[in-house]
Amino acid sequence: MKFFFFHLMPYADLDPSYDEKYDSAWVTLPNSYYDRKKGHELYNRYLDEIEYADTVGFDGVCVNEHHANAYGMMPIPGIMAGALSRRTSNVQIAVLGRALPLLNNPITVAEEYAMLDTITGGRLIAGFVRGIGAEYHSWGVNPAISHERFHEAHDLIIQAWTREGPFPFEGKHYNFEYVNCWPRPFQEPHPPIWIPSQGSTETIEWAAHPDRKYVYLQTFSPVAALARYMKMYRDVAQRHGYTASSSQLGWSVPTYIAETDEIAYREAKPHIEAFLNKFLRMPREMLLPPGYLSLASMKGVMAAKAALSEKQTIDTVIEKGMFMCGSPKTVRERIEKYESEIGFGYYLANLQFGTLPHEMVLKSTKLFAEEVIPHFRKRLPKAA
Amino acid sequence: MAMSYTPPVGQSAGGDGTRGNERQMSDYRETFETIAGCRTRIMRAGKGRPLMFLHGARGASAFAPFMAKLAENFEVFVPEHPGFGGSDMPEWLDNIGDLAYFYADMFDHFGLKDLHLVGTSLGGWLAAEIAVRNCGPLASLSLVAPAGLRVKGLRKADIFLLSPEQTVRHLFHDEKIVEAALAHKPTEAESDVELKNKLIMAKLAWEPRLFNPHLHKWLHRISVPTLVLWGAQDRIIPSGYGPEFQRLIPGARLAIIDQCGHLPHMEQADAFTASITGFIREVAP
Repeated sequence: MKFFFFHLMPYADLDPSYDEKYDSAWVTLPNSYYDRKKGHELYNRYLDEIEYADTVGFDGVCVNEHHANAYGMMPIPGIMAGALSRRTSNVQIAVLGRALPLLNNPITVAEEYAMLDTITGGRLIAGFVRGIGAEYHSWGVNPAISHERFHEAHDLIIQAWTREGPFPFEGKHYNFEYVNCWPRPFQEPHPPIWIPSQGSTETIEWAAHPDRKYVYLQTFSPVAALARYMKMYRDVAQRHGYTASSSQLGWSVPTYIAETDEIAYREAKPHIEAFLNKFLRMPREMLLPPGYLSLASMKGVMAAKAALSEKQTIDTVIEKGMFMCGSPKTVRERIEKYESEIGFGYYLANLQFGTLPHEMVLKSTKLFAEEVIPHFRKRLPKAA
Repeated sequence: MAMSYTPPVGQSAGGDGTRGNERQMSDYRETFETIAGCRTRIMRAGKGRPLMFLHGARGASAFAPFMAKLAENFEVFVPEHPGFGGSDMPEWLDNIGDLAYFYADMFDHFGLKDLHLVGTSLGGWLAAEIAVRNCGPLASLSLVAPAGLRVKGLRKADIFLLSPEQTVRHLFHDEKIVEAALAHKPTEAESDVELKNKLIMAKLAWEPRLFNPHLHKWLHRISVPTLVLWGAQDRIIPSGYGPEFQRLIPGARLAIIDQCGHLPHMEQADAFTASITGFIREVAP
């Protein structure tokens, strides 16, 4: 199994009393809540944390894309990946954005990813997402054509990387006379492609298709949902006549490690609860605009996510397996248990979440690197 | 004074979902016609000169009292637009212009002429899109709180971000009606229709939000008598849009219904039908 350090870069200095006046940290929260100097400090602190992960043995690091919110300050994730490409030397860099349907010109992504891949000598992992529902409010893009635009933009980018240019592209949403991507990506035929999702049937069907076999990442979901969607991916693969390997599946989950279970619980509690109840907070209309999911998926997700707008506690998320928290031994055993039951090849640890301060992030990251990762490395030959 | 309250269209007023007793309110029939490859649900009632009602964002699942009232004087057609309620979602439907051409096909399908076309909200926008293309089959046009235009600075409500409760509070002016509507708990079938209607509504109106940036250039082509009708207390599309439609459509008249929100046909059904029938009697006696 491979381990990635995943940062969301929240605006951790958010005044927590914002929710007395506003119903979300997204879309409509006035940006007067954002302090320029604190933003400067946070960006640099967070980049330090990711760079630290590079030095202690993680296989990769992940940056993320969200817009107009306090939850994550990486509207243009390529900036962060660019900064990291020269300051890290070991890790793969996964950009778990770009929200393709938001873009009027997807060739910008083909170019940006090709540049990152080239600078890093092939350390880039190319993420393609649709963005969450709130993005469609913030960017004004029609959610009802989100799937169409995603697929067309994806096809355009892959062709830009793999076909000799110039060539014309004749689509419904995107049309070009001359597609001719300079530079070409460093990796051949192109960087590995990862598809993060919260569990849409259409996305899993598409990612698992033998034409693609993209890595599917389940983000912030109960472990029961993780198991269900990973099984769905494997079933789709079987239906297409091949067996999916665990290296096609990844799990992204907030993680906190301290000296003992008791210390970890006590230290993490206010920060994971800020993440849950302050930063993630959004009404259903914001999260799930019409057309963002098919009608069938919409009904399913609405039921599953009903809890998102309700108050959650550290206990509920630990119990559901949405937060890995405890001593190194506890976390190690839980990862091993879920891995053996569910089978996934990538563990993406959100080692900073909500308001978790720098010192705790470093401590938890260090313990994870020293006492969790080596355990899995030791048994690698057996697993491989 | 308002007629007795009926729940909003799409929320069970004895029609869709309770099709078994559909005849209790009035003698209407429901038919399905395949037009431009799209199986389309249409409610029909009454005899006389043809009048077609084009519904808004919430669809037209139920046969509402104002429809029965109009059917006393007209042969009333109430289609559900492609993509809404009981009608299919056709592959070809991408924008409001597609719907306008679909209705040109529907007029041909029924051989309709001298048609009185009435549209509310999205349906009002659609009626204007139909009329700028061809007024030939039309005898008159009534636009009730229509979408379709954008006056800079005159903001519409964000219908896609309002919660269900906020939506009801924005739609109606009368507190009693608001409370009655909020007390109604939708059935699963009604919720499914609501989801379907919201999806197609987003497809048609998300961006640009609830308007066609080119429509204003061509409203001068409307050559039939036109009534623009608005609820004075409309909190979805402010009544300030009324004068803009009136300015752009030659000879259009503007009428405002007081004590009324975005759905005059529901909230002030008597005043609504009186206004429409009075207008039609006057311009097409």
